[in-house]
Parts: sequence; structure tokens; C-alpha cells
Amino acid sequence: MDFSIIQESWPIYFDGLVTTVWLTVAALVIGLLLAVPLAVVRVQGGALAQAPIRAFVYFFRGTPLLIQMFLIYYGLGQFQWMQQSVLWSLFSEAWFCALLAFALNTCAYSVEIIRGAIVATSPGEIEAARACGMSRMLMLWRIILPSAFRRALPAYSNEMIFMLHGTALASTVTIVDITGAARIIQSRYYSPWEAFLTAALLYMCLTFTIVFFVRRLEKHWQGHLLPARVSDFE
Amino acid sequence: MFTLYGYGHTILVGALLTLEVCFASLAVAVLLGMLGALSKLSPRLLLSLPAKLYTTVVRGIPDLVLMLIVFYGGQMAVNAIAEKIGHEEYIDVNPFIAGVLTIGFIFGAYMTETFRGAILAVNPGQLEAGRAYGMTGLQIFSRILLPQMMRHALPGFGNNWLVLTKATALVSIIGLNDMVQRASLAAGATHKPFVLYGAVAVNYLLLTTVSIILLKYFEKRYSAGFSREM
Repeated sequence: MDFSIIQESWPIYFDGLVTTVWLTVAALVIGLLLAVPLAVVRVQGGALAQAPIRAFVYFFRGTPLLIQMFLIYYGLGQFQWMQQSVLWSLFSEAWFCALLAFALNTCAYSVEIIRGAIVATSPGEIEAARACGMSRMLMLWRIILPSAFRRALPAYSNEMIFMLHGTALASTVTIVDITGAARIIQSRYYSPWEAFLTAALLYMCLTFTIVFFVRRLEKHWQGHLLPARVSDFE
Repeated sequence: MFTLYGYGHTILVGALLTLEVCFASLAVAVLLGMLGALSKLSPRLLLSLPAKLYTTVVRGIPDLVLMLIVFYGGQMAVNAIAEKIGHEEYIDVNPFIAGVLTIGFIFGAYMTETFRGAILAVNPGQLEAGRAYGMTGLQIFSRILLPQMMRHALPGFGNNWLVLTKATALVSIIGLNDMVQRASLAAGATHKPFVLYGAVAVNYLLLTTVSIILLKYFEKRYSAGFSREM
């Protein structure tokens, strides 16, 4: 194997790395911001409010991300009214369609994760909040959501890693992320091992970075659940 | 619309191929998962270390990248070996085999984790009793461990299966003419991508829904005699 190719073309990989990171971060932030209110409605809302959220989650969790991206990027162009709308300048951009698909996809998974965490809130906490005279919103903001986020963190960290890996699909709609960079190098030099192993290494570094930060966050948020250290008693 | 502009039959044939990829990859994944779980639990470092490396590395890399490594890298390796042993023609790697092996390899790592947890959940006294009766390792595995770990493995197994079925959409990228690739070709010819990709999405939804119903049934069957608290 000849890794001097990679040394020559590291700027492409670096640009790809930047694209992968911002796509992942943007998708996760948008997805989570949408998911929290949807999860609350899914738990507390009436049947009529829950139905569209159920349908949304069912569709996005039951179909491949690749198809969702193709439906948005290639599919919407089928409609005349879409092409004439003001939004077309956005929907004709590959990055926008990929980001939209990623954000909606992670949103659907996050709704289920947060919903599960909210449902598992201990009834005592809610009773205590009610006894203190908190309003529904205040209770949600101070009691239910903070404790739900703690419980959701392990499952959500898996979702973060799945999203990072999911962004590799952006390379199929002309976006040059890490995988896109590797595909350029592989077709330019016909050296699949070097090109894709470098990409794999970069993804592994990103994955372990997520794992590292989640562990630190877990220690911070769930410190009261960890076994006591001897030094705590000294 | 219902005949999908004449491409309904083509997509149906592709759907059958997608199903084949699903089941073939599942077989590879279960085999690797069982081997991985048993080696990861082995006291011998020579067995447990490679298994640990396998699960860590696979779960750190996107499935698409692994698939491209196996397909393009495998192609190169196969031809290099063939040239060394005197074969002159260029060999094309079959995308079906490359896809199945990659998906099986990836989900083998997830299955390893699922099976490892399920094996640990079986009461060790049961295995010791088997040994005390003079059963061989294979007998203990098939008569005591396997039937009891099933119940613990099923929920994780079901999740892995659902993710695996969706991962099969990727084989279209390495050139297998599955449901997704056929829809792409049909979309190019008819200029109706939304309808055609929509049909593929509906097929996947159908597969997911049927899987969930069957998995619920099996979970109920295998937890007969245990409280629902588990």
C-alpha cells in the first residue's frame, strides 16, 4: 500500500472532514430541537395531536435513510409547483436536501428515545412538583425534561453515532464529505485500500470523540448514580 | 399510477432480490455473531481480543465505507491473487456477494453484543449442571444455552434485523440491481422519481411492519412461563 497518495491529497480529506462534521452537528441540533416538543406532545397530547407524529415517526424509522434522501433530492423535482415555488432554490441544492433528510430522520428516532425517557419519569417526582404548586410548563421545564435527558443520554449517544455514519450517504448525492473525498481519490488513483481506509480511520476518530464527550457528560449528569468512590468518605 | 408507469413488475423483482440480500446477510451475521459472542466471553486472550477488536472497529465505521472497502478493495485483492496464481482474465467481484458479506460482517458485530448479553443472562448453574452430567460442549450449547438465551436475545436480535433490512438499500450503490437501483433507472426513464422511490419506501415499510408483527409473536412465545416484567 502506498499512503503517499493520501499525503498529497490531504486537503480534499480535510474539506471532507469539515463537511461531515457540520452536516452531522447541524442535523443533530435541528433534529433534537424538533424532537423535544414532538416527544412532549406524543406523551401528553390528545389522540388527534399524536396521530401525525406517530405517522411521521413510523415512516422515518421504517424506511432507509438513502430512500428518504432520494425522495427529497430527486423526488420533489418531479412536481411543477415545487420547481416554481420560492423554496426551489433551496430544494435544488444537494446539501440542503441531504441535511433535511438527516435532520428529519434523526428527529424521528430522537422522538422515540425522549418519549421513552419521559414515560419512565418516576411518579414521585411529578407528585412532588405538583405538591409544590408548579404549573404544567414549569414542571416540564424544571422536573420532567432534565431528568428525562439524563435517562435518554445512553440511547441518544448511539443515535449520534448512527447519524455520523449516516452522513456518509451524502456522498451519493454529489456532496464531498469524508466518503466523497475517498471516492474521488479512489477514482483518481485507483487505490481503494488507501482511499477508503483513510476515510474509515477518520470516521473512527470522530466516533471515539463522540464516545469520549458523552462519557464525560454522563459522569457530570449522572454522578449521583455512580458508585461512591473511597475518596468521597475521607 | 398503480402499475408504476409499467415498472411495477421490475420493482417487484428487485424487491425479491432485496429480500434475498436481507436473509443471506442475516445468516452471515448470526453465524459471526455467535462465534464473536463465544470468543468474546472466552477466558483465552487469543480469542477474546480479536473479537473485541472486531466489534469496536466495525461499530466505528459507516456501513457505506465498509461496503466500498470490501467491494473495491476486495476486487483489487482478488485480482492480485488471481494474477499470482497465473489467472490472466480480469475477475469482477459479484456485488451480491460483496454486499451480503459486508452487511453480514457489520451486523455480525452488533449480533455479537446481543448474543453476549443473552449468554451472560443464562444462569451459570444451568451450564455447570450440564457439565456435571458429562455433556459435551456442543450438547451444552444446543440443549441448555441456546434455548434459554433465545428469550434474552430476541429483542436485540429484532432491532438488529430491522436496521439490517434498511441497510440493504446500500447495495444499490455498489451496483446490485436491487429494488433501489431499479427504481433509480425507472425514475430516469419516466421522470417520476417521487412515485418510484415512494413505492420503494412503501415496500420497506411493509417489510418493517411484517417483521415487527412476527418478532412480537416470537417474543411472546419464547417468554412463555415468564412474567412480562422481564
